[in-house]
Amino acid sequence: MAPATSTRNYQLPFTVRVERRLNVPGWLSPAVSLGAIVVALLLGAVVLALVGGNPWAAYAHIGKAAFGDIGVFSDTLVKATPLMLTGLACAVAFRMKLWNIGAEGQFFVGALCSSAVILSGLVPKDAPRVVAIPVMTVAGVIGGALWGFVPGFLKAKLKVNEIITTLMMNYIAIALVNFFVFAVWSEGGFQMSAMFQKAAWLPRLADYAKQYPIFRGLTTHAGLIIAAIAAVIVWYILYRSLWGYEIRLIGDNPRAAEYAGINITRNTVLVMMTSGALAGLGGMSEIAGVVHRLQTNISPGYGFTGIIIAWLAKLNPIVVIPVSVLFGGLILAGREIQPAGVPRLIQGIILFMLIASEVLLRYQIRIERVGK
Amino acid sequence: MTSTQNAVEMRGIVKRFPGVLANDNVDFELRAGEIHALLGENGAGKSTLMSVLAGLYKPEAGTILVGGVPVSFNSPRDAIKHGLGMIHQHFTLIPSHTVTENILLGLDDPRFIMRLPQYDKKIAELGERFGLKITPQAKVWQLTVGEQQRVEILKMLYRGVQVLIMDEPTAVLAPNEIEGLIKTLRAMAAEGKSIAFISHKLNEVMNASDRITVLRQGKVTAAGLRTADTTKAELAKLMVGRSVIFNLEKKPQTPGEVVLKLDSLRADNNKGLPALRGVSLEVRAGEIVGIAAIAGNGQSELAEVITGLRKATGGQVLVNGEDVTNRSARMTIQKGVSHVPEDRTHVGSAPNLSITDNVIMKRYRQSPLANGWTLNGVLARKTAETLKSEYTILAPSVDTAARMLSGGNLQRVILARELSSSPKLLVAMQPTRGLDVGAIEGVQKLLLAQREAGAAILLSSEELEEVFALSDRIVVMYEGEIAGEVTEHDPVAVGLMMTGAKKRQTA
Repeated sequence: MAPATSTRNYQLPFTVRVERRLNVPGWLSPAVSLGAIVVALLLGAVVLALVGGNPWAAYAHIGKAAFGDIGVFSDTLVKATPLMLTGLACAVAFRMKLWNIGAEGQFFVGALCSSAVILSGLVPKDAPRVVAIPVMTVAGVIGGALWGFVPGFLKAKLKVNEIITTLMMNYIAIALVNFFVFAVWSEGGFQMSAMFQKAAWLPRLADYAKQYPIFRGLTTHAGLIIAAIAAVIVWYILYRSLWGYEIRLIGDNPRAAEYAGINITRNTVLVMMTSGALAGLGGMSEIAGVVHRLQTNISPGYGFTGIIIAWLAKLNPIVVIPVSVLFGGLILAGREIQPAGVPRLIQGIILFMLIASEVLLRYQIRIERVGK
Repeated sequence: MTSTQNAVEMRGIVKRFPGVLANDNVDFELRAGEIHALLGENGAGKSTLMSVLAGLYKPEAGTILVGGVPVSFNSPRDAIKHGLGMIHQHFTLIPSHTVTENILLGLDDPRFIMRLPQYDKKIAELGERFGLKITPQAKVWQLTVGEQQRVEILKMLYRGVQVLIMDEPTAVLAPNEIEGLIKTLRAMAAEGKSIAFISHKLNEVMNASDRITVLRQGKVTAAGLRTADTTKAELAKLMVGRSVIFNLEKKPQTPGEVVLKLDSLRADNNKGLPALRGVSLEVRAGEIVGIAAIAGNGQSELAEVITGLRKATGGQVLVNGEDVTNRSARMTIQKGVSHVPEDRTHVGSAPNLSITDNVIMKRYRQSPLANGWTLNGVLARKTAETLKSEYTILAPSVDTAARMLSGGNLQRVILARELSSSPKLLVAMQPTRGLDVGAIEGVQKLLLAQREAGAAILLSSEELEEVFALSDRIVVMYEGEIAGEVTEHDPVAVGLMMTGAKKRQTA
């Protein structure tokens, strides 16, 4: 008779099973993302401790520097505003699996075009705000859309890899802005243009300090409202419109989309233009809301951070808003506790943890005792 | 001792997956020198059982005896050490490496210096011994699917396996390649090796195996039947637990107007070579026209040209008298053309989207689903729920992602979408391929119901029996041309035309 036991010669007291999930409950995705951030912060703490820092002090400092009082929180929101728009830009493109990593360039071109309408005198100096701001907005949107159109068209017609074209066009955009700043609109040889007239500034909270004293010194500007409205519109398009359905279908299976009679060429161009337009809008908001002139260093990588934000928000336009606030805070704190580079480190770890946590959405891990 | 003649014995195997009992106390015996077929519907637990045997899964309970000795496998490597090797449906080859390199991969010999020519010779000899024609120096990407399978078999033979397990080996093969495979398996059996293969195709099982074990819902319903002593009807009953009506009820019907008219249609295949060389054909309302052809003779391209997915290089496609040649896929959808595509996972569905999103794929632009530029999500869901119960799609809910569905259920989703629009013309490509007996019957009934409802149907199937059972007329395609037409049940004539032996017998 054969013995019923196995001939295993080593054994752990438990086994770890990795099984495919059959159903993903709705709460899981946000919970896993949140978990990833917590784990990233803990890992960041380990790194800080290893190099002899006090991680809790550093985190407390970051928290205070970004969210400590209404003044710094307002500054956090200022940083979050361009991030929301670049995050939305990436979310729209990524939905269709178009890897637009050119939000940075589209942001710069948006800034350039919205500055151009002011600096070239297209909008007269004495034009009221209700004229200047909409014209700048349209210019920024068109500029960004144009910068998205080129890679979109190349991808749709010639199957040129959009990752490469969008990345390369970032450098062209930055060089273009440099050219205009130094050669055309330079203010006395400095790397910045002349200040715009007040009518071309987006209103700030501080502008209303007379009526509401609490707003004194707060730099949060109307770009935040523009970004929030954009988020709602993008959400509505992605989840409630025919076009959003087409984008999702193409993103999941282009061959099925073609079979369903959807024009992929046209949608590739349109989605890249929409993505570019959102990033361009971000550039406009930054120019008209914060710096009030065209200059070279308008972005500490908002376009690239937008990629991380879009992923962290699981490509959900509404979730982009709080995630942008978190990253806005990290950028602000980064200025505060320079040159430690801690917030950058944390950003990097968050992205890695996020990518790693994806596996938990597809598989479940069970630990079982051996034997019964 | 009972186990002396058994190469492998499995006793009381239990294997659970979340929510499913895949193998419920299963016994399986494989004798030395036999070809043993494991038959069952999709999801009956055949692949699971064989994966347990190959060391891929660990069973919750049960024992495996190899040559009478109990063994426990922690990995496929352990199983190969004991002489058990499995070839999966999806091959595990490296495309940019040669046949020899692929076979040697993971072995300890050669150690450092490759000396490939010497091994090329060894492998060519091994292939010859078992009737596996292969060029050892060829890169894998240059090989056809059938040849790649031969490499997989050689890989196992080279590792000296005594027991070869194959998961649906014929699913990817052309009919002539299937014959070659069976010959190889016979040669292996003649040398005393044992082969266990998984299948749900009755014809093949009858042709290729010595004995048959049937599984149903994780349990054995017949163990080790001698193939010579059984019939297809009996096996079908064992598989599905009830008698299957193989004679479908097809009402006599007079065809109506011409719905689809093809006039000397020409088109190229993906490689830019002519795939259609002047195809002329008519399909009338209430008529099923079957295309009998061996894979790769232009039937796939024909379907794509008709449905607007491929450009014609010449000729015309008329739907209800209207010229739709080289118009968009969207246009043909609007004209009432439905299409059950050959490739249901890569063309027919969006795997990560829900059942709801998948069933509205062709009608989301139409009112009332479309409301201006917005989509009525509530109505979409309701539509999906109705179709789910009407077409008995088995899934937890309409929010379930399409990739979670079994082959049969996914095909029902596609049929629900394509048939519920009451098409004027239905192009059905391989509508029952890969489905189990019960599901096949359901699909065939749906097609006949469409015929009665007055749809013109163009059907293509690799199962000749199916083409005969369903079609009013049969056209045979060979190398992109219509080789002839038959109305009576004459498999010999059709077979000859399909292989190009006989042309133009239309009288």
